[in-house]
Amino acid sequence: MAHYQPPKQGKASQLFDVVVLVVLTVGALFVPLWMGMAGAAKSVATPVANPTWEALGQNEAQSAKYEALGYTPETAHDLILARFDYSFSVTALLTMIAVILLYYFLILRFSEVEYREVISEKFGE
Amino acid sequence: MTQVDITSTTMDGMGPHGTKVGLLRVLGPAHVWALGVGIVLVGEYMGWNFAVGKGGAYAALIACWFAGILYSCVAMIDSEVTSTVASAGGQYTQAKHIIGPLMAFNVGLYLVFAYTMLEAANAITAGYLFSVVASMTGHADALDQRPFIILVIMFLAWLNYRGVLATLTFNLVITAIAFIAIIVLFVSTTGLVGSGIMEHAALFEGHELPYGWIGVLAAMHFGLWYYLGIEGTTQAAEEVRSPARALPFGTLAGIMTLLIAATLTWYVCSGVLPWEFLGDGVNGSVAPLFDTARLSGSIALVWLLGFGTLFATLASANGCINDASRAWFAMGRDKYLPGWFGAVHPKYRTPYRAIVFLVPIALIFALGAPLDQVITFSILSGLLGYTFMPLNIILFRRKWPLETIKRGYEHPFHPIPALTLLTLCAVTFFAVFLGYGTQLVAMIGFYIVVSLWFHFWRYRFVNRGAQFTMPWPKPRGY
Repeated sequence: MAHYQPPKQGKASQLFDVVVLVVLTVGALFVPLWMGMAGAAKSVATPVANPTWEALGQNEAQSAKYEALGYTPETAHDLILARFDYSFSVTALLTMIAVILLYYFLILRFSEVEYREVISEKFGE
Repeated sequence: MTQVDITSTTMDGMGPHGTKVGLLRVLGPAHVWALGVGIVLVGEYMGWNFAVGKGGAYAALIACWFAGILYSCVAMIDSEVTSTVASAGGQYTQAKHIIGPLMAFNVGLYLVFAYTMLEAANAITAGYLFSVVASMTGHADALDQRPFIILVIMFLAWLNYRGVLATLTFNLVITAIAFIAIIVLFVSTTGLVGSGIMEHAALFEGHELPYGWIGVLAAMHFGLWYYLGIEGTTQAAEEVRSPARALPFGTLAGIMTLLIAATLTWYVCSGVLPWEFLGDGVNGSVAPLFDTARLSGSIALVWLLGFGTLFATLASANGCINDASRAWFAMGRDKYLPGWFGAVHPKYRTPYRAIVFLVPIALIFALGAPLDQVITFSILSGLLGYTFMPLNIILFRRKWPLETIKRGYEHPFHPIPALTLLTLCAVTFFAVFLGYGTQLVAMIGFYIVVSLWFHFWRYRFVNRGAQFTMPWPKPRGY
């Protein structure tokens, strides 16, 4: 295989590449946050009016710990009752699996093409 | 008879063949242990408790042990490959030699983002700790945590800039103190010395598995946080005096240390703190070991665990800067990223441009995102990296069977650890999907876009054959 000679990259082009990567990185985390799509929000399904430790499902030992931490039934209400919602659609699950498989297929396929070039040049075929 | 013996006296400690730029070889096995455990130990001081929130206390314990199996597989696989790849970049360099450039580029980014996000999470926790100490010592108003977050990141970046030996020696000392603090808390509160304060049965009553068994699966998401980063020991490959011996020893000793620390941490915290408080790391227990000490009634324990938490966050952030910058540097050196990043400081022999460049990235996330989102970003990058490892070891053994390259360490029962790791990664992907599916898809979308960018644009600047720097024979099948 003929020896590949990469082009020399100018400083402006190097800077542009860095900016692209930084924008993509920051976007990957912050876009879901800005759009309010970041999951894991816990919510209180059935709030308790005039909460007591018993009404919040806390026994004596548990309520004593909360009091030692400085909580009252009112201030601990949301902390104790908030729950994740683990219901999901099969379509969403299958979409996630498809996206992950597509990703690995893509990088393994392209990597193999690039790797054969590397080995061919390195070991002189 | 093996064709290549990377563990021989003549080859042990050598740099990558054909590499013009090398880092200073000054580290021993204790530094490797400190690098691995130093990065991870903070996972016992904060973050793991989100697993309690996702499934309850028992679910977090089950996740702790299954994640322990996952990381034992990671440590075994990593030790074998790394003991033959004595070059900066860790798994990035492994992927480059075993799977191919695009995989390597992705793995390099996994490493940089996993560590940079972990560093950001550490800085957030350090800022929180300073605010708690301020209120405990009489400060009336809420303390602005941002100056402390910025100071932590800037100070540790400066330390890394100045030299790796001082950096990791600093890590060795503060990691040891943080680990001893956990042992002291365990001994003091469980009744081994004096009267115990554990109330597991009473605190679990009525809340054994609050989400049922699906909560156990969901808890695997943050179960990774107990150990995330142990694979970072491989980043020191180009700076240890004897990679073939020091890297396996340091990594395997590290995972054993962490298995002990994680189990002790779960036992102590879940026996003192109610699960709803323990499981909410944003509005409840940000630093659970510290909170456990607060409820112990001992001022000495409060101070000890306060310093333990601070030291653990500093050690972790320190190791993260070290690892992320090595991966970024290695990609720059190979022109996977602009070559400007592939420079070594003329005096300190550190990858100083990579270190400085990653400071503002860490600050953006530390100052602008909630702790659980930052941790999830880090875990997802780590998880993608762990999914790569089984593919890596299977292809490594196939392309270079044991008789072709003598390893410093050969992991037993191949391919059982690889298949176990792959299965546990699949379970963890599902766990992340439960509650954080949007971030998962956004993250994979990001990696698909940057992969296309690399393959169709960036790769043209990369020398083809010169990327293969290890003194290995030609791989089988090519």
